[in-house]
Amino acid sequence: MALDELKIGGMGASRRRVEDNRFIRGKGQYVDDIVLPGMLHMEILRSPVAHARIKSIDTSAAWEVPGVRLVMTGDTMAARNLAWMPTLSYDTQAVLATDKVRFQGQEVAAVIADDPYIAKDAASKIIVEYEQLPAIVNPMQAQDPNSPLIRDDKENQTNNKVFDWEIGDKSATDRAFADADVVSKIQLHYPRSHPSPMETCGSIADFDRATGKLTVYMTSQAPHIVRAAVAMVAELPEHMIRIVSPDLGGGFGNKVPIYPGYVISILASILTEHPVKWVEDKSSNLISTGFGRDVYLQGELALRKDGKILGMRMHTVSDHGAFFADAQPTKFKIGLMHSTFACYDVPAAHLTSEGWYTNKAPGGVAYRCSFRVTEAMFFQERMIHAAADDLGMDQAEFRRVNLVKDDMFPYRTAFGFLTDSGQYQKCLDLGLEAIGYSTFAQEQEEARKRGKLLGLGISTMTEPLGAGNSREYDIIGIKMFDSAELRVHMTGKAILRTGAKTQGQGHETTWAQIVAHELGIPADDIVVEEGDTDTAPFGMGTYASRSTPVAGAAVAMVARKIRAKARKIAAHLLEVSEEDIEWELGRFYVRGNQERGVTIQDCALAAYSNVPDGMEPGLENNAYYDPPNLTWPFAAYICKVEIDPETGVWDVLQFVAVDDCGVRINPLIVEGQIMGGLTEAYAMASMQYITFDEEGNCIGSNYMDYLLPTAWETPGFELYEVVTPCPHHPIGAKGIGECATVGGPAAFVNAVMNALKHTGVRNVDMPLMPNRVYEALQTGKDVSGMPPVKAG
Amino acid sequence: MTSLYEEVTQVPDGVPTRRVTITVNGQKRTVDVEPRLLLAHLIRQGLKLTGTHTGCDTTNCGACTVLFDGRPIKSCTMLAVQADGHKVETVEGMGTASELHPIQEGFKEEHGLQCGFCTPGMMLAAKALLEKNPNPTEDEVRWALSGNLCRCTGYQNIVKAVLWAADKMRDQQA
Repeated sequence: MALDELKIGGMGASRRRVEDNRFIRGKGQYVDDIVLPGMLHMEILRSPVAHARIKSIDTSAAWEVPGVRLVMTGDTMAARNLAWMPTLSYDTQAVLATDKVRFQGQEVAAVIADDPYIAKDAASKIIVEYEQLPAIVNPMQAQDPNSPLIRDDKENQTNNKVFDWEIGDKSATDRAFADADVVSKIQLHYPRSHPSPMETCGSIADFDRATGKLTVYMTSQAPHIVRAAVAMVAELPEHMIRIVSPDLGGGFGNKVPIYPGYVISILASILTEHPVKWVEDKSSNLISTGFGRDVYLQGELALRKDGKILGMRMHTVSDHGAFFADAQPTKFKIGLMHSTFACYDVPAAHLTSEGWYTNKAPGGVAYRCSFRVTEAMFFQERMIHAAADDLGMDQAEFRRVNLVKDDMFPYRTAFGFLTDSGQYQKCLDLGLEAIGYSTFAQEQEEARKRGKLLGLGISTMTEPLGAGNSREYDIIGIKMFDSAELRVHMTGKAILRTGAKTQGQGHETTWAQIVAHELGIPADDIVVEEGDTDTAPFGMGTYASRSTPVAGAAVAMVARKIRAKARKIAAHLLEVSEEDIEWELGRFYVRGNQERGVTIQDCALAAYSNVPDGMEPGLENNAYYDPPNLTWPFAAYICKVEIDPETGVWDVLQFVAVDDCGVRINPLIVEGQIMGGLTEAYAMASMQYITFDEEGNCIGSNYMDYLLPTAWETPGFELYEVVTPCPHHPIGAKGIGECATVGGPAAFVNAVMNALKHTGVRNVDMPLMPNRVYEALQTGKDVSGMPPVKAG
Repeated sequence: MTSLYEEVTQVPDGVPTRRVTITVNGQKRTVDVEPRLLLAHLIRQGLKLTGTHTGCDTTNCGACTVLFDGRPIKSCTMLAVQADGHKVETVEGMGTASELHPIQEGFKEEHGLQCGFCTPGMMLAAKALLEKNPNPTEDEVRWALSGNLCRCTGYQNIVKAVLWAADKMRDQQA
């Protein structure tokens, strides 16, 4: 008899998480929990100013503090050719500043001491003399030909521009606009935001002079990329580098880049011959590590009177901070911004982009986002909202007219992506029904009579998740595939390792479910390990919702290889030819005689004790998976808000989320991902405000100023599902981790804008803090969130 | 019986220390500490109870929440010397190796955690609530947890986990 898949914790089971067993007991092991014998502690001294020339650094008083072992400056690094390091976008970044500081919080010196308190004391005794330079806080200012040159370290860099980039068909788009009945425009700023996982970044570097081996425990979402980068930068042989990413206290893209702190701790360990621990405090994390977003988005739609979109034009101006350290596929300078409008049938489109250096920390990490798709989808849904209003059309009807229909797949977008599956209208209809769309207009009218402003916002989107394929997607030349290795032991228990790295997504639980689905081995009999480059197969890590689309597919594929070998063993055990063997979950049997069979566990035992002549023993294999396409989940998020016009405070009355992420491996975990993503969307829309003043000081450098929503503010979410399997993924799954963060913000903002519709306000930049909403209500004018520039 | 001096946190020579005695998870611990040592650091480094995490250093995130004489406090902004003579409970004291506390069970059952970093603090804040109010409403749970930040879950399942535990604890009482 075939096994009951749900009972063995296979596909579709809301299996309770394995990793919880240690976390709920306080037995997780995060970087800061690891203590090595003889370990020293490192503190980094950071620049208090945004732009200045370093005139001198006096470290003598720091050296005199008892317990200090080493004080490092840019000179220490430069002596070993490590003052600068390459970024993931083919730029360079200062490790410890030698010439200038280019953002507030930049690394200037480091102290290594017996104790973290001593290291902090000593760092405060380092005297740095700065000659301040004017700070550039936004890309408009960066464009001024009289503005100071931020990257004077780079040869041939004569201005502050990072790149120009374009994609699409300009002439076809121009024609579409010439033919338009109506042209609708919008201009937005997607503000800088910090992913801010609860755990900050850190590392423990442990160089062993005796063996020549460097082990680094670090907060990395992509340990294999780090190993490759360390091999290149530190000129250590790759087989002598072991990167271990232990439990991570969240990542959200913040733990993809390679930060100066990691590199400094490595050199410190080499120089002191002790393990060196570096764990940043929250302020250091907020001011110096990978920000997301910070893009000025403007664009327009060419529309026919009946609502059909004829063309789309878009221009982005992005602020990358002082170093172009975006973590994104090489080919695409502004990430996958051109995935914008992928769920709509748009015949012609053209996108131009320019990137600028500013005196801010490096930006452009994919904060719970597949490389700028958050900005792309936010622009798309704000543009759609404005265009429907400009046409005087119902928001849902305007989407119905333009959404790609079910029978149009596979659908080639104007920018060249191939979307392959979905039931967009079904998702939208389900959401509209759940929120009570048909009676909303009346509800809104009645609320107005009570002095309350009600608004409803819709956001519908598909997004590209799961980079590669490797033809188009690479990071610093490394192709974006992923991997899995499965070892089935003699007793039918197994260990699985992948090149991904969980940070809360629950890989230890769900990967075992995929194996259970493919082999019928109960999920509880499979242990999952990730994050150690000495044992895990090479992979590109976890970000951009790529784990299930890529590593998850590799898990299915390696299990199938194991099954193929087990089938041969089964034929041997059953003494029939392989062609006469049938498979049902957990066992092989002889065709026509279902009673006569062997279980997968029987085959595992035989693999080590009774293999057919000529067969290698053992039941182990690995798989590298290069996806043929991205996966394209779809979401419809609909939000109803009420604004108090006296204060500008808005409350979410109802939020409906309809997600189609294909086949769900573990519904409980999928729902957890959606609720978490929606909360980050709500955070960005409502309160997560981290900006810069005209001097380049970071405003929001701690949790007293950078507000993250608590259980009290966070609204409840109603979740619905539609399942359209991915046609190319081995188990029909699509990415889900970031959908809600990508599609969610526009639902909140569109709802508030809908409530303000009577005022004529077209846009209020996020976060929609009460003072901004109040200002819009009072003035009837748009509210910009662009950081202010110093006068004169 | 008076407890004996048993542990020393890492203190360099010549730095003045103070001897403190704290009851941690029911056990008396006597430690010599630097007066400026934060309670969170004593718990984590001195006592090696790493289930208490430090998140923000400013009393905002609650990852370092412990129960101080039964009351949830943020141990990252309390000095170890202030805890002299008091009782501290950490996540390690919630259940036993073989038996989980109902709140721990609830967090697993309702998928109330993802990365797990905020979880110990959340569970202790919940424990303080349920000891005072065994039958809270959803709003009361949300309010009681509003000093603890979570970046992963969106809180909905955390709230469900606490209500699940409240149910179970009431059943056990009955």
